[in-house]
Amino acid sequence: MPDLTTTYLGLKLKSPLVASASPLSENLRGIRRLEDAGASAIVLYSLFEEQIKQEREATMHFMEYGTDSFAEALTYFPEPETYHAGPESYLELIRKAKASVDIPIIASLNGTSIGGWTQFAQNMQSAGADAIELNIYYIPSDVDMTGTGVENTYRHILTAVKQAVNIPVAVKLSPYFSNYANVAKQLVDAGADGLVMFNRFYQPDIDLETLQVKPNVLLSTPQDLRLPLRWIAMLYGRVDVDFAATSGIHQAEDVIKMMMVGASVTMMASALLKHGIDHLRTMQADLIDWMTVNEYVSIEQMRGSMSQINAEDPSAYERAQYARALSSYSSLHDIR
Amino acid sequence: MQSREYKTIDGNEAVANIAYQLSDVIAIYPITPASPMGEWADEWSSKDKQNLWGTVPHVVEMQSEGGAAGAIHGALQTGALATTFTASQGLLLMLPNMYKIAGELTPAVFHIAARSLAAQGLSIFGDHSDIMAARMTGWAMLGSASVQEAHDFALISHSATLKSRIPFLHFFDGFRTSHEITKVQMIPADVVRAMIDDDLVQAHRERGLSPDRPFIRGTAQNPDVYFQARETVNPFYDACPRIIQDTMDEFAALTGRQYHLYEYHGAADAERVIVLMGSGCEAAHETVDYLNANGEKVGLLKVRLYRPFVPELFADALPETVKTLAVLDRTKEPGSVGEPLYQDAITALNETRAGKMPTIIGGRYGLSSKEFTPAMIKGVFDNMSAAQPKNHFTVGIFDDVSHTSIDFDAAFSIEPETTVRAVFYGLGSDGTVGANKNAIKIIGENTENYAQGYFVYDSKKSGSMTVSHLRFGKDAIRANYLIDKANFIACHQPIFMQQIDVLEAAVRGGTFLYNSPHDPERVWDTLPRKAQEHIIEKGLRFYVIDAYRVAHEAGMGRRINTVMQVCFFAISGVMPRDEAIDAIKDAIRKTYGNKGQEVVDKNIEAVERTLAHLHEVSIPQTVTSVAEMLPPVTANAPAFVRDVLGEMIARRGDFIPVSSLPVDGTYPSGTTQYEKRNLALEIPEWDPDVCIQCGKCAMVCPHAVIRIKAYDGAVLESAPETFKATAARDREWSDMMYTIQVAPEDCTGCALCVDVCPAKNKSAVNRRAINMTPQPPIRDQERENWDFFLEIPELDRRQIKTTSIRQQQVQQPLFEFSGACAGCGETPYIKLVTQLYGDRSVIANATGCSSIYGGNLPTTPYSTNADNRGPAWSNSLFEDNAEFGMGMRVSLDAQAQVAAELLMSMRDVVGADLADDVLNADQSDEAGIYEQRERVELVKERLQAFLSSANGHGAQVRRLLSIADMLVKKNVWVFGGDGWAYDIGFSGLDHVLASDRNINILVMDTEVYSNTGGQMSKSTPRAAVAKFAAGGKPAAKKDLGLMAMSYGSAYVAQVAMGARDEQTLRAFIEAEAYPGPSLIIAYSHCIAHGINMGTAMRNQQAAVKSGQWLLYRYNPLRAEAGQNPLQLDSRPPKLPVKEFFRMENRFRMLELSKPEVSRELFRQAQEDIHTRWALYEYLASRPYATTEGDN
Repeated sequence: MPDLTTTYLGLKLKSPLVASASPLSENLRGIRRLEDAGASAIVLYSLFEEQIKQEREATMHFMEYGTDSFAEALTYFPEPETYHAGPESYLELIRKAKASVDIPIIASLNGTSIGGWTQFAQNMQSAGADAIELNIYYIPSDVDMTGTGVENTYRHILTAVKQAVNIPVAVKLSPYFSNYANVAKQLVDAGADGLVMFNRFYQPDIDLETLQVKPNVLLSTPQDLRLPLRWIAMLYGRVDVDFAATSGIHQAEDVIKMMMVGASVTMMASALLKHGIDHLRTMQADLIDWMTVNEYVSIEQMRGSMSQINAEDPSAYERAQYARALSSYSSLHDIR
Repeated sequence: MQSREYKTIDGNEAVANIAYQLSDVIAIYPITPASPMGEWADEWSSKDKQNLWGTVPHVVEMQSEGGAAGAIHGALQTGALATTFTASQGLLLMLPNMYKIAGELTPAVFHIAARSLAAQGLSIFGDHSDIMAARMTGWAMLGSASVQEAHDFALISHSATLKSRIPFLHFFDGFRTSHEITKVQMIPADVVRAMIDDDLVQAHRERGLSPDRPFIRGTAQNPDVYFQARETVNPFYDACPRIIQDTMDEFAALTGRQYHLYEYHGAADAERVIVLMGSGCEAAHETVDYLNANGEKVGLLKVRLYRPFVPELFADALPETVKTLAVLDRTKEPGSVGEPLYQDAITALNETRAGKMPTIIGGRYGLSSKEFTPAMIKGVFDNMSAAQPKNHFTVGIFDDVSHTSIDFDAAFSIEPETTVRAVFYGLGSDGTVGANKNAIKIIGENTENYAQGYFVYDSKKSGSMTVSHLRFGKDAIRANYLIDKANFIACHQPIFMQQIDVLEAAVRGGTFLYNSPHDPERVWDTLPRKAQEHIIEKGLRFYVIDAYRVAHEAGMGRRINTVMQVCFFAISGVMPRDEAIDAIKDAIRKTYGNKGQEVVDKNIEAVERTLAHLHEVSIPQTVTSVAEMLPPVTANAPAFVRDVLGEMIARRGDFIPVSSLPVDGTYPSGTTQYEKRNLALEIPEWDPDVCIQCGKCAMVCPHAVIRIKAYDGAVLESAPETFKATAARDREWSDMMYTIQVAPEDCTGCALCVDVCPAKNKSAVNRRAINMTPQPPIRDQERENWDFFLEIPELDRRQIKTTSIRQQQVQQPLFEFSGACAGCGETPYIKLVTQLYGDRSVIANATGCSSIYGGNLPTTPYSTNADNRGPAWSNSLFEDNAEFGMGMRVSLDAQAQVAAELLMSMRDVVGADLADDVLNADQSDEAGIYEQRERVELVKERLQAFLSSANGHGAQVRRLLSIADMLVKKNVWVFGGDGWAYDIGFSGLDHVLASDRNINILVMDTEVYSNTGGQMSKSTPRAAVAKFAAGGKPAAKKDLGLMAMSYGSAYVAQVAMGARDEQTLRAFIEAEAYPGPSLIIAYSHCIAHGINMGTAMRNQQAAVKSGQWLLYRYNPLRAEAGQNPLQLDSRPPKLPVKEFFRMENRFRMLELSKPEVSRELFRQAQEDIHTRWALYEYLASRPYATTEGDN
């Protein structure tokens, strides 16, 4: 049987099949089922600092709203002894997960302030997380913000978190940079132990009935893997970091492709939401079958084998869509 | 003596602290001003705080005070130590049990925040009317005069009751003591321990009922022995006073605080002595000291023990020199020889000093928390000096009717200069009171100073003004009256400067702090003339800060509390500035620490930003302003409104003479229209081009400030330039014009209208047909438009199809501009009733929110139409509202029947055809009502003509004339909240539903006791956090509708206007049309839900979508037609209830405070929904059995 083990963020994993942040990891039952089905590590759902802040402020607002205004009703609610409007339940989940499963638990964090990023990261480390994935979910809408400014923000957050914790830290980010390769390098230089590619943003839609903007969560499709596939292929061997491929990993073949371009692990959410957690079993079995039939002995053996530096036609990864059309009658050299 | 621990707390907490420690069972029911005692007990119990014996008392909320007293009786009879807290009407409901408890010689203590009783009007404020009504129950009555005494006497009562076996009513003045925050020396736990004899506790337990040693108690007795048995208790009453004094002595030995049953204070050779009890003793105490220091010989006898009254001790406490005694009662007993304490004093002295009686006069003071000041007390002493002192006098009012009142010099003041006196004018929502409560605690607990705070609120629930009165000083503060000479005044809202004379109370050289958006150079010119005069004449130091800016920049929104608190400490000098600021920061960390670091950070940031924005204003030599204060009411107000209600609005109600007030509590309708409150920073503005004329905005408007008219366009000729009008879209009104107009000065700015508006601007969808826009720039123009709009004739009601909202909303509301909360969920339903039927309705209103915003002076919202018809409204009590409405119905029916019989007998006089038409009239719609009114008018004309011709039947004709209007249909509506309908008034409601009388009952279901601050009712849904359900209500909501349906003869509907307004409208019309009892249970979102009131209709939608709230109509008339009477108007539950719960703080709080419990209760709540839906679906779809037994 082929050796499926891989190493990600210094963690020895039994396979490259990792469950990425999704509602499936919101409770202990889901986490246990993921482990049973073969997940080699689990990235917990994201802790959103902004949500926690809003929650606290809303609670505060509604506790105080209307108080001390009318002689008969100076308050409207009993004062609770404790509030759990913080990261407590998330940290509790980390603790319980660590006590219940053997696979690594990677905490995922989305902060809004440097203080928030570092404080929550420390909390996660203390709760027992094996690693942290910084889910830097940031859409710059300020027209005066430069690309460099955006990149600096990412780097600052990472640097601050790296200083605050000693467990490995991966960064999950979007592909929307003017030079993604350079950003990747900057982050690695700033201490990233892994790059998770890529973040999938909510894509707003419009409801024509109500004329409201609707946040719309679309599950990934197999086609979505092309983007991370290209970028991992191009960066593998050029920046010294572990790559986690996420977006569009739906079947064993997708995992194989990602391993071949240089990923250490593949992360799945949409496929498991769509087909169920047991889909992991199928993928693992198919992975073993394919490797057996094609005589691969280990994941390690195939990793990076189709990356840009090892590919027969390295320039293929760099071609743009329109270039491929033109290449039918013009030489690659000419159009570059 | 013990080490001293001081706390800065109010009277309610001081009392609850002791009562909790010494009870096994606490049964309570919310009532102002006693509610907080029960709330403390519940909060401590939910946090597992232990009593003296190391167990957590059981706190149970009952369905009424009667229920609480019954539960206490049961608890006592089975050996528990039990207590309760109540006031006013609540105490009245406890009286029957109190006789029993005393008759059975049972140790118990009831703690009473003494309050007025409802007579010509209800009052939530303090006097002794309630406790005086309990004086014959056989309970010992011990009265406290201050927060410290309330704390101490609570313990003395609990201790003495065990020794004496006489139950104790421990009372202290509502609000003045119950709500005054002051520095109190806490009784240490070991003193409490030492004061309670466990052997006596054991003896009490052993007297309890037990099947292990059975006996019977509570027999029925006959003439042979009842009398003798009643006399068996005398030795216990004889022993009781000595026991209490011994207990007070024991307490003194442990704490150093010595009390006496009748405590004299003053000159040993005083000739004039006043006698009183309660908080008035404190002001009298310091006044006596002042007067004696100034050469007088006066004294005060404080009555601590009122029952058992001990003539010998009372008399012995008085100096032998006393020549004149004035006994002051804080109650009124109309028709009596004199008030109770006066009568007791006379009897006591007659029995003990026969032959050498001093002159004894009686007087009344301080009813309903009327101020009782040193000036008034001096007035009483001055009266006693008169050759013929006025007896049965009143003090503190001007009685120009019976001339009972005595004069006093209002300028007389004894406040020592060493006391810092600060007055703060704030808005309820800006956090002023909270900040001041913090300030008192900071000073009380961080310095050697004594500190006192008392807070005055107005009676409106939206945009209410708060006035905080704070005193600080090195000496103990007995001045328990409002500050009228302040050395620090803060005005937190610029609008107040124009409405009231804020600086009137400022002393020479005082300090004025003003929150204003204007900078120090320009702020002077923004002040009205009067304020400038005060500042110059009194040489005030004037500071200004733009607190809203600082708060906004610190992320605090419109909460300026922290900012203003820092300013106060920075300039008042009560504490060193840096120490004060450190203490404020500590208090912030303590208060908000468990609510999140960012909340703490924002407050700290506000503290740090403040001083840089605080500026002293240099004061010009001369007054520059010509701006006068705003008049309290509009220029067109009738004389009574201007001279009486207007004075109340201007906060000069204390000076209104007796003769100006109605003798029987009757006030004119529709007076809110004259009080322009200008609360809203933004008001809705109509865009006729986008509007689809659906009427929804007007329907949901809680304050009836959005009005619609369809009218003949010819009137527009005289319209103001900016008046908006467009062609009516309704096909039936195709020749008319249409306007939606906002009352700019009455709007509260809640924005519910904007949120429900379905019409969006096609070019910018964030604009709707109605949009919020800043009020000040358009105020004048819109005032003119509003006035013009009012002049446009109302559409003939016969032309309005009431079943369609777009037409129905053109009907004139006869309930407008109430003082309800901005965005209130109840008032749109009331307004709807008044639109549909207001011109022919009598309303019985249960006490609660709806009676407060419906009937609290100064101005009231039920109004009249152009014919002077409108709702006739009254409030009886909390517990009897259905019965009250039933009485109205029976009365109207009886009078209508008499009228019909008389008309029958006078067919010849009025004409047979007319009489028949009247008697057989169809009055089911507007046209029918209109025609009947015309007919009745004709009948009256013919009767008058007949009378003029003097033909012998005069008496009968006059009788018919007096009640002929009863021949026009009259509706009876019964309004109330869920506290009334589900709990305290349920039995009456049930009785009415079981009757065949045509009564329409509207239950505005907020699922908590809203008016008293959010206590759980039986309507509270499972998993909701409420007071007395701090851990989430474990039981499901009572299904009142299902119970009502079980009779089969009552119309029942459940509605939620925000979810399906058309169903709501249909239900109201069907309920009114149904000839028997009708019950409408209306989902009413509420401030007590912890929601955004501006989008609250979405919460209603979610409640219905999740199945948490079902919409249905049960109409027995359908059954008569062989149809299933139940129509389910809801769709199957679609939204997980958890998602609805997350929209409301009342549920979210459980998730935040007890996540494990919330998971389970949320799960059960979801199950409830499935079960309820299945049941209702079955009930609505089952084949209906006819009377013949067929399917």
